[in-house]
Amino acid sequence: MVEAPVLVDAARPMRPAKAPDAAPVRDRRLDLFRGIALWLIFLDHIPSNIVSWITIRNYGFSDATEIFVFISGYTAAFVYGRAMRERGVIIASARMLKRAWQIYVAHIFLFVIYMAEIAYVSASFENPLFNEEMGIFDFLKQPDVTLVQALLLKFKPANMDVLPLYITLLAGFAPFIWLLLRLPTIALIGSAVVYALSWHYGWALPSYPDGTWVFNPFAWQLLFGFGAWCALGGAQRLSDVTRSNAALAAAVLYLLFAFAVVMTWYFPRYGHLVPRWLADWMYPIDKTNLDVLRFAHFLALAIITVRFIPQDWPLLKSPLFKPAILCGQHSLEVFCLGVFLAFAAHFTLEQISARVAAQIALSLLGILLMVAAAALMSWYKKIEGRSSGSRPPRDADADLAGGEA
Amino acid sequence: MRAISKGLLAAVAVVLGGCGIVWAQGEPACGTASALVSADFSLPKVAAAIAGKKLTITVIGTGSSTLGPPAGPEKAYPARLEAALAQKLPGVAVTVVPHVKMRELSREAVPQFPKFLQADKPALTIWQTGTVEAVRGVDPDTFRDWLDQGIDTIQAAKSDIVLMNMQYSPRTEMMISLSPYSDAIRFVALQREILLFDRFAIMRRWGELNTFDLNEATKKTDTAARVHDCIGRLLSDLVLEGAGVQASSGNNSHK
Repeated sequence: MVEAPVLVDAARPMRPAKAPDAAPVRDRRLDLFRGIALWLIFLDHIPSNIVSWITIRNYGFSDATEIFVFISGYTAAFVYGRAMRERGVIIASARMLKRAWQIYVAHIFLFVIYMAEIAYVSASFENPLFNEEMGIFDFLKQPDVTLVQALLLKFKPANMDVLPLYITLLAGFAPFIWLLLRLPTIALIGSAVVYALSWHYGWALPSYPDGTWVFNPFAWQLLFGFGAWCALGGAQRLSDVTRSNAALAAAVLYLLFAFAVVMTWYFPRYGHLVPRWLADWMYPIDKTNLDVLRFAHFLALAIITVRFIPQDWPLLKSPLFKPAILCGQHSLEVFCLGVFLAFAAHFTLEQISARVAAQIALSLLGILLMVAAAALMSWYKKIEGRSSGSRPPRDADADLAGGEA
Repeated sequence: MRAISKGLLAAVAVVLGGCGIVWAQGEPACGTASALVSADFSLPKVAAAIAGKKLTITVIGTGSSTLGPPAGPEKAYPARLEAALAQKLPGVAVTVVPHVKMRELSREAVPQFPKFLQADKPALTIWQTGTVEAVRGVDPDTFRDWLDQGIDTIQAAKSDIVLMNMQYSPRTEMMISLSPYSDAIRFVALQREILLFDRFAIMRRWGELNTFDLNEATKKTDTAARVHDCIGRLLSDLVLEGAGVQASSGNNSHK
């Protein structure tokens, strides 16, 4: 797993008013991989995009969502765990709730964009071939119900499901962090128990008009909680295991196995190579409830990543990775922008050209815009930091040395 | 030979379609997606039915298995499948019976299967599903259970099965999250060794290659009828390949 943050990193300006024990510094790998995960999520969100074939979901069980949720749990624990230690439970909890509220507002903002697109398409498009698909516009006939359901997070616009998950996880995070700071092992076991119980009893949050949340928070909290546990010392405790050759071998074997299985989905004629008993046990590989196979796939990826990309890897400071790191440091904004850009890209593909060249160009342009926006936000942060020298440390906003929870 | 059979097909299409130019151009278009049709599992009951010179197929589906006026159901893929099979299997009495209900969830459809199956006694049942569930946002887990129940029912009636997934609908693609449902269909098909007609991938290929303009905003049904005709033809290829039958004429002419 990702190791616990080490002590001061010269490249990161730390605030002078910090506690005497040198404050830990954020692991750049977190921002790098969160940035990359955001790009992959963006690419996956553009429907029928040839570029999305490069994303990891096509070659194994897990996808960018796992990376995003794990790193978000890790950074949230890193930021709020320290806040809780230094400033108390009440202040840290209040800040978590404030952050959850910010994400909620962002979600509603995205929902408005989604509604605008749907309303536009429903007014401008008609085709008897797609009569049934047009059923998706039905909820426009009941804006009162739809809007209230959206405010209650029960309406699930396509592609926006990560934010409601994040909001719920963060809103319920304070007691977990509290326990994690005192009895980390118990906290992790508790998280696993909730996961197991949610599978056993089918716990889920209902959604409107039918079904349940796309990402079940009772299941996905395991990955978020595991990330948090790693951030607050767990990774160090695990490091003997994660750095062992046995773990590496197991991870490689598992990734190869997952790759082989996934290939049979694209070539069903080789499906018989997956033995019946294995298929019966394995399928379906459930994303909603974070299937164990997906979790394990993420772990395998993480073990390999940590093994080959150490925290002080020189390339992490190279300009090559700067764009991804920038994006990872402003994950909420970049995620929202990505959802919007995926809309815009899809719209352009449908209205103007859906050629492969256009798909590639729009994918690249989208990533470029995400990077530009992240750079702009860093710049804002810098000038704001400069002009408010007398204010209390700005990490009160869940930001730490440029990164956010 | 190829050219002759192609010309013959086109001529037949002209008579049937009543709109010569469109049909003659539309027919070879299907071939652009032929590579996506492959019978990974066999259809033994269809093979037996063809040997017995009488092939009955039941199609169960929702709105995307039919067409409204002016085209009407006779231009929709079940009827086109019947025409394609009849042509490729001379001497075999081919009947395709559609049971279509708009906006019906599988949960509501499955209890009616025994009735359909008893009446039709099909060698093959083509079950088109998933769209309504995706539009309504049904829990994919629940959808999988419905699929299993439906398959159990069809298999109990001694019929082969082909599952058909959703249409590729570019304009609504960003709004309806189809993948959990198409994954569910794919997994169930794999697990139970059932043929999947991947309509989504086929239509997407057509969209990519501009074989058909699926973005057209129109009230007319002519493109829709051509799409359905192609789906019917590709389905007939799949059925014959699954049955291991070499069609006597016309097969592959549009590949």
